[in-house]
Amino acid sequence: MRRALLAALAAALLVPAGALAASCPQTSVGDLEDEVQCLECGVPLQLATESPQANRQRALIGRLADSCRSEDEIKDRLVAEFGPRVLTTPDDEGFDLVAWLVPIGALLAAAFGIGLTARRWRRSGRRRTVAAPDTGHAPEGGRLDSDLDRYDL
Amino acid sequence: MLGLLALFGLLAYGLAAGGAERRAGESSQLVEGSSAPALTLPLLSGAGRGSLAAYRGKVVVLNFWASWCEPCREESPLLQRWHARISPSGGTVVGVNVLDVSSDARAFAASYGLRYPQLRDSNGETLKDFEVAGQPWTFVIGREGRIAAVRRGPVDEAFMRAEVLPLTRPPS
Repeated sequence: MRRALLAALAAALLVPAGALAASCPQTSVGDLEDEVQCLECGVPLQLATESPQANRQRALIGRLADSCRSEDEIKDRLVAEFGPRVLTTPDDEGFDLVAWLVPIGALLAAAFGIGLTARRWRRSGRRRTVAAPDTGHAPEGGRLDSDLDRYDL
Repeated sequence: MLGLLALFGLLAYGLAAGGAERRAGESSQLVEGSSAPALTLPLLSGAGRGSLAAYRGKVVVLNFWASWCEPCREESPLLQRWHARISPSGGTVVGVNVLDVSSDARAFAASYGLRYPQLRDSNGETLKDFEVAGQPWTFVIGREGRIAAVRRGPVDEAFMRAEVLPLTRPPS
């Protein structure tokens, strides 16, 4: 009877601990090192191995991870502490969205421009081919014949 | 064609911005005698904001520091002593905590018993204006708001005696 009671008590204690472990996101400092900027050195944390400021940021991330904060919660806390510059990638909403849209827009515009230029260039080349004087040979063939004549082959 | 223009535009902007940054780094605008830049920041305690303009008429020892900065530990007791010494004659030390975790900074200030006003620059926005390239970095600002002296690195007794004391003495 006593044994059964002890087993029930142990189970009651173990279940919440297990549930807590399951709900903890298990974030580590390494998970965030490439997304967080060392503000003193201007590089991501993973490259700032010697900076004392980066070490303080790592310690803060470690403390927050130990208290079961998710990656997003930790990033929010870092932004609240240091401002948006602490993240290596800008936020994808509000004004920061511009940082994503401008390069994408520039790339699309560049691709469109290159395509347009290539099409015009191809068209003008075709027009030149059509307008070339009729020498009895195709233009390339004519050049080949004259080269062969020059070398007396 | 439009795309190419956009690319050239971006390239030109990048080059111009880089050039401007290089030029800013080459020559210092903050020399002794120049006006101290404006500075308004949240207080380290989190309750409200403070500004350098509020200390106009006082001799200000403006000290940029961080809790992770080793030499800052060395100079902090001295700054607190000098704050107590110059306060009666219209002087003050003002700390600007930079790039720090706020709880670490508050713990640092408490552990060294720093009772002078503390501002907090969490993302280093004022460092560029003051041309601060490391911590600690200290400016002595006269009563009329002009920079009287700059110390790159920890201050010591000799610096404070030579640069701060004469400013706090009443004019004879």
